[in-house]
Amino acid sequence: MSEKVSLVINGATVTVPEGSMVSAAVAIAGVTPFRRSVRGEPRGPLCGMGICFECRVSIDGRAHCRSCQIPCREGMEVRTGD
Amino acid sequence: MTSPGYDVVIAGAGIVGAACAAECARAGMRVAVIEAALIGGGATAAGMGHIVVMDDSEAQFALTRYSQVLWNELAGELTPDVEFEACGTIWVAADDEEMAEVWRKKKYYEDRGVPVEILDARALAGAEPNLRHGLAGGLLVSCDSVIYTPCAARFLIEQAQGRGATVRLGCAVVELTGRGARLSDGSFVPADLTVNAAGTWSPMLTPGLDVRKRKGHLVITDRYPGFVHHQLVELGYLKSAHTLTTDTVAFNVQPRRTGQLLIGSSRQFGVEETEVDPGILGRMIDRACEYMPGLRALSAIRTWTGFRAATPDKLPLIGPCPGHENLFLATGHEGLGITTAPGTARLLVDQLLSRPSAIPIEPYLPSRVYQESPHV
Ligand SMILES: Cc1cc2nc3c(=O)[nH]c(=O)nc-3n(C[C@H](O)[C@H](O)[C@H](O)COP(=O)(O)OP(=O)(O)OC[C@H]3O[C@@H](n4cnc5c(N)ncnc54)[C@H](O)[C@@H]3O)c2cc1C
Ligand code: FES
Repeated sequence: MSEKVSLVINGATVTVPEGSMVSAAVAIAGVTPFRRSVRGEPRGPLCGMGICFECRVSIDGRAHCRSCQIPCREGMEVRTGD
Repeated sequence: MTSPGYDVVIAGAGIVGAACAAECARAGMRVAVIEAALIGGGATAAGMGHIVVMDDSEAQFALTRYSQVLWNELAGELTPDVEFEACGTIWVAADDEEMAEVWRKKKYYEDRGVPVEILDARALAGAEPNLRHGLAGGLLVSCDSVIYTPCAARFLIEQAQGRGATVRLGCAVVELTGRGARLSDGSFVPADLTVNAAGTWSPMLTPGLDVRKRKGHLVITDRYPGFVHHQLVELGYLKSAHTLTTDTVAFNVQPRRTGQLLIGSSRQFGVEETEVDPGILGRMIDRACEYMPGLRALSAIRTWTGFRAATPDKLPLIGPCPGHENLFLATGHEGLGITTAPGTARLLVDQLLSRPSAIPIEPYLPSRVYQESPHV
């Protein structure tokens, strides 16, 4: 069985298999939207490969991180909906 | 009696042509503006939109201060898309030598009625927590502001149109004389007076003008609201920006209303290519990160270049074109045309209508750069 990591998404702890991308963890946690557009429309992952920038979230206080490109780390703080 | 033509035809609808059009129309003139491409699509769209009082020379101070006051008077009328923000400028001093320059600058501005405030190292860190530690301080000029330039040009053109001006887009002036403008479609627009406001293109319409291109790069980031609060400019900029021989970069960061940051700036002579130069861009970003290390972690979303219209003495050309009756110039604004557009327009219309001006016009008269030519 693979190792697990736990991260905090909008204040709630989520545990996922090690190596999962942050986008997967956010999806597993059932959180929507990942972010909001300039005009306030909901947005989420589209390409899954770092091109479209629609999956951005804040990670450890840093805004606009592409969640589909960043593996989950133990204790990571993720904030969505910005 | 009405003549078939216009009182004035203006070539170019950058911020300078747009301001001139608005001012001419306000003075009751019948105005036509001819723009080869888009309103504000030249240097105006490429610029940073920092409205800034500068003290490189008395003449530069006079025009920037006069213009800044005019912008502040206009601020209440500007539409929201112009994104006027009275964020002020902080001139950042890295060391004691630059701090001495801060004190000199403070006296210069205060002697001329511009309110400023000295920030010591702690006050600077408090005002802009993302600046690196160990900077000496800065000078806050709170009456400076920023605007979104293409919309500002459009706003001024709409003001002119509201007062009856005719605007023609997508059609170039191919010949400009004191009697009117010949257009690329073969038509002729007659006028009593004409104005060359074609920025870096102005020498093509008035051959012999010593207006050269000075390339600049800018970067815009994603939205990081609150990362920067004032337009921040390094004082070393004063030393580097005026070197005419070498390529220079300087720390210059601007907060946009959207939360985005505009990062500049670079200056290069003798380069015609519009492409982004990765070497210069890298140097510019490195410089910015020296002052603001946190910038490295932000995402840039776009980078571009533009050309400033530079004159030999770094002052614009505003007034009659020597040797060409009824042809006027409003060009050569280098890196300050956004700031100085409203002052330029006032000084130009003062001359068109033989009105007195609020500041001495002599330093900007085109005749000064023709003086050494034996042919004029
Ligand atoms: C990177 C960069 C940053 C800058 N930052 C600032 C800043 O922070 N603050 C500031 O005050 N200034 C700044 N500037 C300077 C400022 O952008 C310019 O001084 C200003 O935009 C000049 O305006 P303009 O109307 O003279 O020229 P332009 O905006 O270039 O307008 C000239 C117009 O003439 C048109 N034209 C050309 N030929 C013809 C023709 N034959 N017939 C008809 N139309 C024609 C062009 O299409 C164009 O629209 C910056 C410039 C650059 C490049
Ligand atoms: S889903 Fe497209 S960049 Fe992440």
